[in-house]
Amino acid sequence: MENERKLTIARAMAEATAQEMRIDPSVFVMGEDIAELGGVFGNTRGLLEEFGKERVRDTPISETGFIGAAVGAAQDGMKPVVELMFVDFFGVCFDAIYNLMAKNTYFSGGKFNVPMVLMTSTGGGYSDAGQHSQCLYGSFAHLPGMKVVSPSNAYDAKGLMTAALRDPNPVIYMYHKGLQGMGWLGTEKGAIVHVPEESYEVEIGKAAIARAGRDVTIVSIAQGVHHGLKAADKLVEQGISAEVVDLRSLVPLDRDTIRASVAKTGRLIVVDEDYHSYGVSGEIIATVTESNMADLKAAPKRIAYPDVPIPFARVMEQHCLPNADKIVAAARDMCGAPVPA
Amino acid sequence: MQPAKDTLAWMYEKMVTSRRFENAIEKIYMEGKSPVFNMADGPIPGEMHLSDGQEPVAVGVCAHLNPEDVVTATHRPHHQAIAKGVDLKKMAAEIFGKATGLSGGRGGHMHIFDADVNFACSGIIAQGMGPAAGAALSRQIQGKPGVAVSFIGEGAANQGAFHEAMNLAAVWKLPMIVVVEDNAWGISVSKEASTAIQRNSDRAAAYGIPGHYIPGNDPLKIYEVAGEAIERARRGDGPTLIEIETYRLAGHFMGDAEGYRPEGEKDGLFAKDPIPAMRAKLLADGQFTEGELDALENKAQAAVDDAISFARASADPKPEDALTAVFA
Ligand SMILES: Cc1ncc(C[n+]2csc(CCOP(=O)(O)OP(=O)(O)O)c2C)c(N)n1
Ligand SMILES: [Mg+2]
Repeated sequence: MENERKLTIARAMAEATAQEMRIDPSVFVMGEDIAELGGVFGNTRGLLEEFGKERVRDTPISETGFIGAAVGAAQDGMKPVVELMFVDFFGVCFDAIYNLMAKNTYFSGGKFNVPMVLMTSTGGGYSDAGQHSQCLYGSFAHLPGMKVVSPSNAYDAKGLMTAALRDPNPVIYMYHKGLQGMGWLGTEKGAIVHVPEESYEVEIGKAAIARAGRDVTIVSIAQGVHHGLKAADKLVEQGISAEVVDLRSLVPLDRDTIRASVAKTGRLIVVDEDYHSYGVSGEIIATVTESNMADLKAAPKRIAYPDVPIPFARVMEQHCLPNADKIVAAARDMCGAPVPA
Repeated sequence: MQPAKDTLAWMYEKMVTSRRFENAIEKIYMEGKSPVFNMADGPIPGEMHLSDGQEPVAVGVCAHLNPEDVVTATHRPHHQAIAKGVDLKKMAAEIFGKATGLSGGRGGHMHIFDADVNFACSGIIAQGMGPAAGAALSRQIQGKPGVAVSFIGEGAANQGAFHEAMNLAAVWKLPMIVVVEDNAWGISVSKEASTAIQRNSDRAAAYGIPGHYIPGNDPLKIYEVAGEAIERARRGDGPTLIEIETYRLAGHFMGDAEGYRPEGEKDGLFAKDPIPAMRAKLLADGQFTEGELDALENKAQAAVDDAISFARASADPKPEDALTAVFA
């Protein structure tokens, strides 16, 4: 591509934040290790140097305090961007998130808005064990009042961040560690894509067709989209054409795109790195079965994280995680293709 | 309160065991991680927080503890685990994620559990505070002997759980001791930048309990102050908050470039390495001969070698075992 400008998700997030900070003085950033270090996962790199300590603040390890403070600042005319380093830590501060941040617009009858962005890292696969590897996006999406986004590539990462910063509502911005382009967490090449220099928005609540196909719809988000794309590559060699839907947002959920895709293919696989039960995979399947039963040529399948805490040992964790091979096997089964020897 | 010679020997041996253990882990951790450093690779994947330099805290406190006493520790747990008497072989195997590990590979380095010596740790900051208070409460209600010690970092004293559990321990006079390991850093954020007062031990005043700050990373001083606090708790006189100046000789975790440290800080810390310092002191005081200390070091090294060989030789867990042991 001419003038190609490939960025990692980490850099795309930082670029979107910097561009917004240049034009909107109410935007400021706080969190642990986000200033001097530029974020453990690189997504605030360069902000301290450009905007200084007033607007880019390292916090004490006091999540209830500073996320609660972000709610108060947001209600008072600021646009805080706060970081919860790993989503797994939400246990120490969830009250500020779901009882204040997510509800105050409603409780106040719209007299107070809470325009803030809560960035948090998700995902496993690198043996960081059960308090540093979860996705948990279903838990946030379940609770009303906050938008939830999670990009699969740097283009969407920048556009979703810009949209989140301009949204008058609280947005949970969940970035998958395996897609961050940090090297020390592995590198998913498919996440590093061309990113335009100028500012732009990716609409929150709009899914993307990451790959068009005929026979089966694979719905996922973040890392799961890459598993889906790899599976689609393998499936095409086996005569099965898979369509991959990248949700990009869980709240609002683009149910129309999911339904339209399944109406075309007749088959649905949901790939979900979050826990199996009571979560995103069930919600996607219900979205289809509530309205499109007649479209289905096979019972929908979900490839999700089993309902167990995430183990440390590599062989155990890898056994539990979704991957392309599991998707291929599910798709072949649904399409009535013989299991290859 | 001065330690007897056999206690001194134990303290020195455990400090050396911890250091040699971490030296071994550090080396093995890098296997498979170069030229490209990817945390997912090698015989020990995931995050690795080393406690090099912080050994005096662990031995100075744990010298007063019995297996029945409860310890909750942090994401940086190896020195505390070793001083508490956690089975070194099974701990090594857990860190390697092997079937023979303490938890069969389910926990890893941040989730070391050994019920035989009442040791547990976890990866979320200040998380051990509540459970330590609960163990102390249980001992109080049941009239069972034993105290609970919660080790935390200085950064953890800014977490809500710290203050809530401190107050609980004080208002109920629980047999609990909170030991704050002040290594001056919470990842890249200095204590000075994150904490409103210089010494977290001063916060004891807010709970009406004794607070002590111990400078110098000195195992003997730590032994003395911790001994008094633990005695006090055993007598039923309630909790104590102790903050100890210590040194993190390694990065926050392996792979940390440590660009946030002021120039020369590391050199200064290495010059104060507590292990050679203790060796020199034991010799200078005439309490030990070179030969005696060498023998302790050899014993420590042998235990480490044994544990590492055991871990290396052990089998991986069965992948599908991931699905077991969720419920009792
Ligand atoms: C509630 C929570 N917030 C953030 C983190 C990420 N984190 C892991 S270690 C650490 C620094 C801890 O500093 P300190 O308590 O001083 O312990 P040290 O690492 O120095 O031993 C942070 C912020 C966490 N594990 N839990
Ligand atoms: Mg510290």
